[in-house]
Amino acid sequence: MALTAVFFYLFSTLAVAAAAMVIVAKNPVHAVLYLILVFFNAAGLFVLLNAEFLAMLLVIVYVGAVAVLFLFVVMMLDVDFAELRAGFIRNAPIGLIVGGVVLAELIALFVARGVGVSAPNAQGAAVPQGISNTEALGLIVYTKYVYFFQAAGLILLVAMIGAIVLTLQHRTAVRRQSIAAQVARTPEMGLAIVKVAPGETGMPATGKGQG
Amino acid sequence: MDIGIAHYLTVGACLFTLGMFGIFLNRKNVIIILMSVELMLLAVNINLVAFAHFANDLVGQVFALFILTVAAAETAIGLAIIVVYYRNRGSIAVEDINMMKG
Repeated sequence: MALTAVFFYLFSTLAVAAAAMVIVAKNPVHAVLYLILVFFNAAGLFVLLNAEFLAMLLVIVYVGAVAVLFLFVVMMLDVDFAELRAGFIRNAPIGLIVGGVVLAELIALFVARGVGVSAPNAQGAAVPQGISNTEALGLIVYTKYVYFFQAAGLILLVAMIGAIVLTLQHRTAVRRQSIAAQVARTPEMGLAIVKVAPGETGMPATGKGQG
Repeated sequence: MDIGIAHYLTVGACLFTLGMFGIFLNRKNVIIILMSVELMLLAVNINLVAFAHFANDLVGQVFALFILTVAAAETAIGLAIIVVYYRNRGSIAVEDINMMKG
């Protein structure tokens, strides 16, 4: 149990410190790297909470895909980030006020209500014993929550199509191969039979051969 | 030293507040704003997984799974919008995004 406490404090301290660095880092690339650190530590917290599948999902999806996407966009856009930080100090007081109010509200809620949890009711699904976390999740995601699972897939599909539609650009200056036009080409479009009388040159002025 | 649910909720509250603070602090940099939103969603996920563990109820983890999905989709769309906006305007300053104002 002491080891759990040690790891909890390690992960949570690192996560909060790295989250603070995300929002105050001067260089957005550093901010993305700190975000990756936050996600790794959150994955550690998930492992402490016996949610191994979500921890691995966090590492794979967030560190592997989302953070790399952030990094890609930060590096691809040639933006003067120093200019974007102009109102940094000016905005700090109002942010401190709003953040402090939210934190005070949350703490007041903890203190007033207490944070005890009750046993799961009939709507819930008790954690089964003896099987792994992934198997237990799969047993209810694919049966009881299959419609939500399908909806999640639909959301991902819409996001994929949306991202492609938004960022795909057709360049007009580039000559591309048009396979449909090539296949549809007939001999009549490309071939012209010209009768050449003896003694004259055989180039037609304009003919059918413009296909 | 026993780690209870209050410890995890405190971490979640700290992360959520930091995310909210980051939105105000970096009002012009929309990429950092997106990262702050990610931090807030992560805080919510930590809360859900903590409740799932301490209430011995797996549904919290399923909910966190779906939040993760939606957050990934949101990030992809948001970054795509940023790229398109940068192509059109050559800048990503949030305060200039009022072109559609009537």
